[in-house]
Amino acid sequence: MNTLRPSQESALAENNKSISHVYTWVAARSAPQAKDRVIALLLRLRHYITTQPFEALFSLGLAILVLQLLSLALNWGVIHAVFQVDESACQSARGEGACWGVIGEKFRMILWGRFPYQEQWRSATACCLILAILALSVNPRAWTPRLKPFTLGAWVVTALAFHTLMAGSFLGLRFFQIWPPVDTELWGGLPLTLILSLGSIALATPLGIVLALGRTSDMPIVRSICVIYIELVRGVPLISVLFMASFMFPLLLPSLQTPDVLLRVLLGITLFSAAYTAEVVRGGLQAVDHGQLEAAQSLSLGYWQTQRCVILPQALAHIIPGMVNNFIAIFKDTSLVTIVSLYELTGSLGLALNGDANWRPYKLEGYLFIAAIYFVFCFTLSRISRNLESRLARR
Amino acid sequence: MAAVLWLGHNTWINLKQRGIQSGFDFLSDTAGFDIGETFLISFDGSQAYWQAFLVGVLNTLKVSACGLVMASFLGVMVGLGRSSVRPLFKLICSTYIELIRNIPLMIQLLMWYVLLVEFLPPSTEPYSWFNHIYLSQEGLAYPGLLWLQSTDPSGAILSLWVWDRPIFDAQGVHGEFNFSPEFLSLAVALSLYTSAFIAEIVRAGIQSVAKGQVEAAQSLALTPWQIQRWVVLPQAARMIAPPLTNQYLNLVKNSSLAVVVGYPDVVNIANTALNQTGRALECISILMGVYLMFSLAIALVMNRTNYKARQYLQRGDDITSNKVPARS
Repeated sequence: MNTLRPSQESALAENNKSISHVYTWVAARSAPQAKDRVIALLLRLRHYITTQPFEALFSLGLAILVLQLLSLALNWGVIHAVFQVDESACQSARGEGACWGVIGEKFRMILWGRFPYQEQWRSATACCLILAILALSVNPRAWTPRLKPFTLGAWVVTALAFHTLMAGSFLGLRFFQIWPPVDTELWGGLPLTLILSLGSIALATPLGIVLALGRTSDMPIVRSICVIYIELVRGVPLISVLFMASFMFPLLLPSLQTPDVLLRVLLGITLFSAAYTAEVVRGGLQAVDHGQLEAAQSLSLGYWQTQRCVILPQALAHIIPGMVNNFIAIFKDTSLVTIVSLYELTGSLGLALNGDANWRPYKLEGYLFIAAIYFVFCFTLSRISRNLESRLARR
Repeated sequence: MAAVLWLGHNTWINLKQRGIQSGFDFLSDTAGFDIGETFLISFDGSQAYWQAFLVGVLNTLKVSACGLVMASFLGVMVGLGRSSVRPLFKLICSTYIELIRNIPLMIQLLMWYVLLVEFLPPSTEPYSWFNHIYLSQEGLAYPGLLWLQSTDPSGAILSLWVWDRPIFDAQGVHGEFNFSPEFLSLAVALSLYTSAFIAEIVRAGIQSVAKGQVEAAQSLALTPWQIQRWVVLPQAARMIAPPLTNQYLNLVKNSSLAVVVGYPDVVNIANTALNQTGRALECISILMGVYLMFSLAIALVMNRTNYKARQYLQRGDDITSNKVPARS
């Protein structure tokens, strides 16, 4: 350390004196006491609640409203509710409390629709199969290059098994009859919801990709056809497409060959959701850097090679969350097919309760039951989508 | 091209074989069915199909307009609450959003309908507010201004606005102005459902505003409300407008679910006409045409608004920018 010369020392002392003229030194804070902790707690509470009188009033009103709604729901749904399958108890509790017995009485009809009663185990097994493969394949590890072929193979096997279980014979062939045959008209409830949503997702995704490629292509005719198709379909409600599927498809095809209503509706939903899928895919295509395309072209890759090996893998990775949201929308949209008399979950509930005068008054409980089923599916999917989103953002 | 020709050919042959008449001439035939609820124009069974369709279109417009206003208001409120720093608001708003978004609109609509039709008191003992508004199984009766016109004995025409309020007596509630339970359930379900989506859009828009903007506003001692009103929302609006247009379009298209609760919207009328006349092609194309027109109209209006807003904001940028005006 340098030693200071006397002249410097005196200058420093002078300086210090002048500083103490300007500043008053503050003593160090004492250790926090109980009083301070209370103040800290109050400060934190102020952050959580508020100090603004208007906001405080608003919060209070909102809290009271929410508590009232909760107590109403609790009173109706739990305290005064009847949980046994007891029609007279339900009758006396009517208006006061829920009758959850209706679920116990009717759940087979609600879940499996008009499927023959003796054969409903087949519906249940088919659903379990689908749910199992779904649970396996939402895991990103199932889509690593090494496991991907196995996952796809498992899907094909599951689809075949599903159809065999539901129809009663392998690929619908009389030769491979295993169980009593069940016509597609009698399929209903959860299996129908699953087959409609998964089927249209599986068909609409490739169609949507093709439409998106067409929309971004350089060929004017292809592009305008795709633009017109996408915008037309996005401009009309699903109901009108379903009406078309049930009333107009039979007219469009050669006579004597009317495909059954399930196939027609599946086709309708597919054509409808392909337009929405195409828009999601287009977003992904636009997100891919233009240099990628130029690099692929300079390697003299052809159009399809460029798209398949360079552009699409990057574009699809971008839009996984958007696609999952699209899947949720399709899943919810399948509830509309009840309008063209296919009895999926919503329709089969109507079927179960409308025909039975004793249990007809307890529709709300039934709706809550299927709402819960839809909620579990959609909420899980949306959580998955959010996880994927944050995973992509981290990359 | 070949596929389209093939489909057209098939249709032609099928129509011929089944002896189905085609053409839009049926529109001027007598409809022969009554419509329970009309808006602006009156209708009875002796009028023509095209008038029935017009009533349907007006009913669709009515429920969509109500839904748009309520959904926008509720959506912005919930979106603000969702992005608030207060845990209470955050919890309530995010529960609301998750609950509503993950249940199909169809089921929500049916639930509201059952609630309104079965859980409300009958018309003879309605809930009433200040003797002016009555809510019962028959719907919501509300007061309003009525345009009365009559001829007095001397032949002069008298016309005046009258404050008309619903009357409640032993037979129930009577009034000139009444929202039917079908309309109410549809409007409520549509606006709640859409509001959850709008709320998420609003939240995303607010999140996209740079944090420094809020901090700058805080350092200017603006109140939280002023910060939202003058700093955050105007900037978020640019992000919000395009997806909001999509939600508005969805709301109008979703109003087609009216057919499941029996509200006489254009789908319901088209369905009835289709069943009566068997002209599937015509009815469905009218239906699609109507919705395409709505979509086009909303897209145009929103694009125009967006353009104007952008112009306005651009002008604001020029004023606040550091560009030194050129000296003359």
